Amino acid sequence: MDAPPETEPKKPAARRKGATAEEMSDRQREISVSEFFAKNRHLLGFDNPRKALLTAVKEAVDNALDACEEAAILPDIYVELLQRSETRFKVTVRDNGPGIVRKQIENIFGRLLYGSKFHRLKMSRGQQGIGISAAGMYGLMTTGQPVLVISKTSKKKPAVEVLLKMDTSKNRADVVSETEHPEDDGLFSDGHGTQVSIELEGRYQLGRQSVDEYLDQTAIANPHASFTFVNPNNERIEFKRGTSELPPESKEILPHPKGIELGTLIQMIERTARTQIGGFLQEEFSRVSPSVSKEICQRAGITPRTWVTQIGHKEAEAIYKAIQEVRIMAPPTDCLVPIGTKALLSGLLKELKAEFFTACTRPADVYRGNPFLIEVGLAFGGELPKDELIRVIRFANRVPLLYQQSACASFKAVLETSWKNYGISQSRGSLPDGPVVVMVHMASVWVPFTSESKEAIADYDEIRKEMKLALQEVGRKLGIYLRRRQRMRNEGERRSIFERYIGEIAQATEAITGTSAKKIYESLMRVAQKKTEEADAILDDEGKRVKDADPFGRDDSVVILPVRSARAGEDERKSHQEGGGQSKTLFGDEDGTGEAKRSRKKN
Amino acid sequence: MAKKSKESESISATPKRAVGNQATRDKTLEKITELGRSVAKAALAESDPFVDVPTRTISNTSYNETRRLLEMGDATMRRNLFNTGQARKFMQTVLLSKGCKDLLEARKTLSLRGMYYMSLHSIPGTKEKTFDDQEESDGILEDLEVSLSTLRENLHLFAKKRGTMVGNITVVDNGDPIDCRRMGTGGYAIPSICEPGVVQFGKCEAKFVLHVEKDTVWSRFNEDRFWEKHNCILTEGSGQPPRGVRRLLYRLHKELGLPIYCLLDCDPWGHYIYSVIKQGSINLAFESERMAIPDAKYLGIRSGDFARCGLSDDVKISLNDRDIERAKQIAEYPWFVKKKHWQKEIQLMIRNGFKMEVESLITKDISYVSEVYVPERLKAKDWID
Repeated sequence: MDAPPETEPKKPAARRKGATAEEMSDRQREISVSEFFAKNRHLLGFDNPRKALLTAVKEAVDNALDACEEAAILPDIYVELLQRSETRFKVTVRDNGPGIVRKQIENIFGRLLYGSKFHRLKMSRGQQGIGISAAGMYGLMTTGQPVLVISKTSKKKPAVEVLLKMDTSKNRADVVSETEHPEDDGLFSDGHGTQVSIELEGRYQLGRQSVDEYLDQTAIANPHASFTFVNPNNERIEFKRGTSELPPESKEILPHPKGIELGTLIQMIERTARTQIGGFLQEEFSRVSPSVSKEICQRAGITPRTWVTQIGHKEAEAIYKAIQEVRIMAPPTDCLVPIGTKALLSGLLKELKAEFFTACTRPADVYRGNPFLIEVGLAFGGELPKDELIRVIRFANRVPLLYQQSACASFKAVLETSWKNYGISQSRGSLPDGPVVVMVHMASVWVPFTSESKEAIADYDEIRKEMKLALQEVGRKLGIYLRRRQRMRNEGERRSIFERYIGEIAQATEAITGTSAKKIYESLMRVAQKKTEEADAILDDEGKRVKDADPFGRDDSVVILPVRSARAGEDERKSHQEGGGQSKTLFGDEDGTGEAKRSRKKN
Repeated sequence: MAKKSKESESISATPKRAVGNQATRDKTLEKITELGRSVAKAALAESDPFVDVPTRTISNTSYNETRRLLEMGDATMRRNLFNTGQARKFMQTVLLSKGCKDLLEARKTLSLRGMYYMSLHSIPGTKEKTFDDQEESDGILEDLEVSLSTLRENLHLFAKKRGTMVGNITVVDNGDPIDCRRMGTGGYAIPSICEPGVVQFGKCEAKFVLHVEKDTVWSRFNEDRFWEKHNCILTEGSGQPPRGVRRLLYRLHKELGLPIYCLLDCDPWGHYIYSVIKQGSINLAFESERMAIPDAKYLGIRSGDFARCGLSDDVKISLNDRDIERAKQIAEYPWFVKKKHWQKEIQLMIRNGFKMEVESLITKDISYVSEVYVPERLKAKDWID
């Protein structure tokens, strides 16, 4: 198919003799998907050793999280990188998920494009079923080592250990060996789970786009999961759970007619079990009522009772055209499971040492018939680096996107937001700078990536618009906080100036007049408090005085940490980790901000 | 230098006469107490205490054409405690009020520097000092003077001695007769306080006063016995004359009827010294009445003297931008603006592009200034007014 006919180099003939159709036919054969990807591994994120290591970890962890969530288990993920030689690593990822039944192990870990996720429209981390098997294949290609899978499905059953070797030409895995572990295997403390180990050529490096960064960000977006990471230096890094609330299970939905392409439509018509076109439209798509179905058919010049078998290419095209013209209700959005403002905050809180946190979950919207929703989190100040551009961390269905930042819709949305309005400086055409981390999450049944390696979200107008709205919302809150912080600092300074001199004045006045210095001192201190509190009053968006001195009094999308304890760090942080971060200073209740004020003053 | 000079940095017991009379002191004490009471009252009423300080800027100064002196206007600036820009100054004002009260009650006098030290300490619990330097305290004391509408002398404060006098006069300083004809090379150090209560005039043969800018020129005249030959009094004010010198000149002029002639540098600085002697200063406009001598004459040196005396190029000092700006400002002063001679003088200086010091006359001859220049000008009545 793709190989051009070769000429014989040894016998240069006077007249060039072409290959016959028969000769060519000998060389023409099917190439397996696995073979194709073996040659084009960059498409899957295995372009270089460093990225390969990350991708392998990422695919395994994504699968583990998906499996746990589907089985309604709070994920405990263990990741280990063992350095075999300078360029060779053994990646091991273990979860406490439901395990995999024996007969599916070869399919899941050995076949590309095999999985439960491609054929349905459901929000999940993986989509195509390429990831983990591609990682195994990459490992086999670079080190020759098979993939080791251990799986245990229940306490009562023994764990199965399978060594798999991919056969790229057949898109299938051969079992090298298979053993059963004793029942009381301590590997899975919950009595079930899966562990996969892949040996591959890679490079471990800290910093941007590292395994550490990936896990860090995954922990932010998945506060319900706990991670243990053992790095090549045999250091153990724990990412604790921020909330014990499992995200609700996402629902599967039927495709929306507006999101379907002609080819897919034809395929669906060919495969449907329905007999009449009206039934086909109503049953296999979402939001197609009998009346909508009728309207589509009328426009396409057929009736809902037309037999599906009678639909040829021409008719299909007419139906496709009709679908575009008919008004159809937007797809249901309850299939989407946002991380949620609260969980977002707890994720940010436990992983970032900042002083101000806010998050926003937008209502769902639709692009090309696919429902999606955008969430944005923002952390400011504290120990975040001050003199750098802000950090944008991107997620799609809770999976961190570490590459191709500038190609991503979220990045563009951040650029297009006028941060100056919110008190953050920004030079034209670049990211704003300041101690800020912005997190953008897109949840969708189908996230439009720019490539198969899932690195950047494609730039649809609807998506970018939602992102900008969410960014503006968190930006506004940051702006309010920054203005208030500035005012509080000014007030604190003013107060301390007054307080410094009042003692002197009281004493001197007593010496002059005989009036008690203590009385004068106390009175003047009261005036100082009053004078500075007056200016403490917060103005609302319209510039009116708000009685409640705390603009975030009842806003549970904002968390303000006392600056000092944010710096002091660990103890304060720990209290936020369990129970969805409902501790006292969370969510800016009166006490919390009072605390913040006081500790700021002391600084 | 002079007899009976006080150590300027220590409290010294002084006979009653030196610190004014009982009535003045009681009046001043009452004023200070009044200020304190207003602070206490405001404090107890939980309001913002303040002190009203008359503004000492050119905008609050006006030239009284008939009296020919600068007068201070009515504008005051309210100094509040609860204003971040004023809180420290307010504290300092109260603190120095207390200092002056203590001083009055102790019946002692103190130099400005002494008062600065007396009120200087760290504010408890901070590293901040009540005053950064003496300058800060001096400014507040001047404010206090005008706020209480009293005089420094009445607060028992005096400045560092500056200025010297010699000549055909006897003065009585704090009861001690001082013969200014027998002051050797050093001269009589003019005290900071030259009020009649401290300094009285005795026998005086002198017919006029020659005031020169600096000590070096004064020494020249003294060594050449100018005051003896020309029967006059010779004073210097070490640059801008302090209040003591100005007060003394005023009294010599007013009480003894002596004309005052000034020999100053030919530069904006010298011109301003003349202006202060003549009309009063902007900063101390409230004291003009007691110090300004509208009849004082400006003898020299003048821009034209470079050509007239045939001076060499070496004495020229180029005017810089600030000098030119200042010269223009001075020319604009209401008391100069209508004086043709002054306008001409300043314009010529700017046109020349250089200034000259009195010492430049020494290039002609060591005693050219005392034996030729001044006698010739006086004889020809060649001065500007």
